[in-house]
Amino acid sequence: MSPVRRVAAYAVLVALAAFLLAPFVWMGLVSLHPSRSPIPDLATIIPRQPAWDNYATVLVGTDLPVARFALNSLVVTSLVVGGQLLVCSLAAFAFARLDWRGRETVFALFLLSLMIAGPVTQIPVFLMLRAVGALDTLLALVAPGVGSAFGVFLLRQAFLAVPRELDEAARIDGASHWTVYARVVLPLSGSALATLGAFAFIATWTDFFWPLLATSSLENRTLEVGLSVFKDSYGGTDWPLQMAAAVIVLAPLLLVFLALQRYFVRGVTLGSGK
Amino acid sequence: MRPRPQTRDDRAAWAFVAPALVHLVLFALAPIVVAFGVSLFDWKVLKGTMPFVGLGTYAGVLSDEGFWNAMGNSLEFAFLSVPTGMAVALAVAVLVTQQLRGLGFFRTVYYVPAVSSGVAVSMLWIYVYLPESGLINATTRLFGIASVDFLNDPAWAMPALAFMAVWTGLGPKMVVYAAGLLAIPPAVHEAAALDGAVGWRRFWAVTWPLLGPTHLFVLVTATIGALQVFTPVYTMTRGGPMGATDVVGYHIYTEAWVRFHVSTAAAQSFLLLLVTGAAAWLQFRLLRDQAAGWGAA
Repeated sequence: MSPVRRVAAYAVLVALAAFLLAPFVWMGLVSLHPSRSPIPDLATIIPRQPAWDNYATVLVGTDLPVARFALNSLVVTSLVVGGQLLVCSLAAFAFARLDWRGRETVFALFLLSLMIAGPVTQIPVFLMLRAVGALDTLLALVAPGVGSAFGVFLLRQAFLAVPRELDEAARIDGASHWTVYARVVLPLSGSALATLGAFAFIATWTDFFWPLLATSSLENRTLEVGLSVFKDSYGGTDWPLQMAAAVIVLAPLLLVFLALQRYFVRGVTLGSGK
Repeated sequence: MRPRPQTRDDRAAWAFVAPALVHLVLFALAPIVVAFGVSLFDWKVLKGTMPFVGLGTYAGVLSDEGFWNAMGNSLEFAFLSVPTGMAVALAVAVLVTQQLRGLGFFRTVYYVPAVSSGVAVSMLWIYVYLPESGLINATTRLFGIASVDFLNDPAWAMPALAFMAVWTGLGPKMVVYAAGLLAIPPAVHEAAALDGAVGWRRFWAVTWPLLGPTHLFVLVTATIGALQVFTPVYTMTRGGPMGATDVVGYHIYTEAWVRFHVSTAAAQSFLLLLVTGAAAWLQFRLLRDQAAGWGAA
């Protein structure tokens, strides 16, 4: 590439990065303006004295239990990620490694459900959970998330890539299916498990619709729904506080993403046939 | 020559698959049946009555102007956001698959909006679109352009939501296109160069058609996502102004949980599933035929 084109390419790359990140930078800066101050002008966007206490105010200083929202999100997300990895990897092992009648039919059911997810299931799942009295509980937030057809599919592909000779060697030593699953296949599929875990984390942490529907009492809300409640309470009146709340929701997401970013590429390209 | 009956792992396999299968039945398959069942009744939640009306609910939905408005809005949102989003993502993918240093950093940055919380991002964009002091209006004012209240102007609200969707959706589309670009063997480009195809001509004659399956994948997944959009509408416009952004995903939500017309909402969710499936099928047919045409040419 000629030097001129190289410079032009970097100029476009940097401009695009600035365009994508500008709103986040603005968010961080506004969150440090004194609480209740008017929306800063572009000229006065950098706060003279960073108001770090906005963060303490958001976490413990309002009549909304924000720390409780954060705890709920942490518990729900951990349980969903752990549950999804276990449930999906068990099923994926049966599809990739075991020889059984009905395997193709059951796998087709999983693939079919990839196509029919969406708003159709929300009303019935709500009604079912209400019928068993599980609405507004931890169960209602966790149970719908512990399985994933996408996860079964992704892990099956990964398990198929583990050499079968390793299973057979273990079996000659008398290993059970469980031992092959737990001691041979899982340890060799770390990056696929990380990919699914990363996607499950982001999807659960940022899920809005389902926790909005499934919880009704304030202390059972997750951060994402709590942020919406916060916005409705302080929206238009206190931009710095609102933006501090948004930073509190975003920060863990960005940390997880930066730590696991290479696994996102793998998950997104899966299924495009590449 | 394995003796088949002994190698069958039926019992163990069902035990391994049972948790995922129970989950699939409870949270995906049974709900489809229940939703269809509910849509055949006229369930009055507040009165507690539930007479059977068969397909009457669907007739009611199809003659409801509000629903058609919502369906039109969803299609408008998809038309505004999907092709633009794909074009931007492809252009960026071409850029980040060049031979340059530091592209990994830019790929990561471009993905950030896609992993951000939908509510937090919506709050950001409320500010970006504010009249007078918002990021856009504050910038355009420097050029003497009059302020626009994007989210409260019926003509601007939907394009504003679509523009934001292009911003949030860039990362995953870019990654898929980059993978598609990198999968084209270098020999193909070298052969095209020998035939004198360079620059734009090579892009349109060689790269673009070879991306066929990638276009299809991005188009279908992006369209399905666009037709189900909910969070930004709920957080930013609540379907307004004057129903201009009342998309189907939000319309179903208000029908079921604000007006308590559960049967109507169930029927609407089925119709949305039908439209989504039809759109995916149509795109698949069109692009497959086109791919076959490229092969023959």
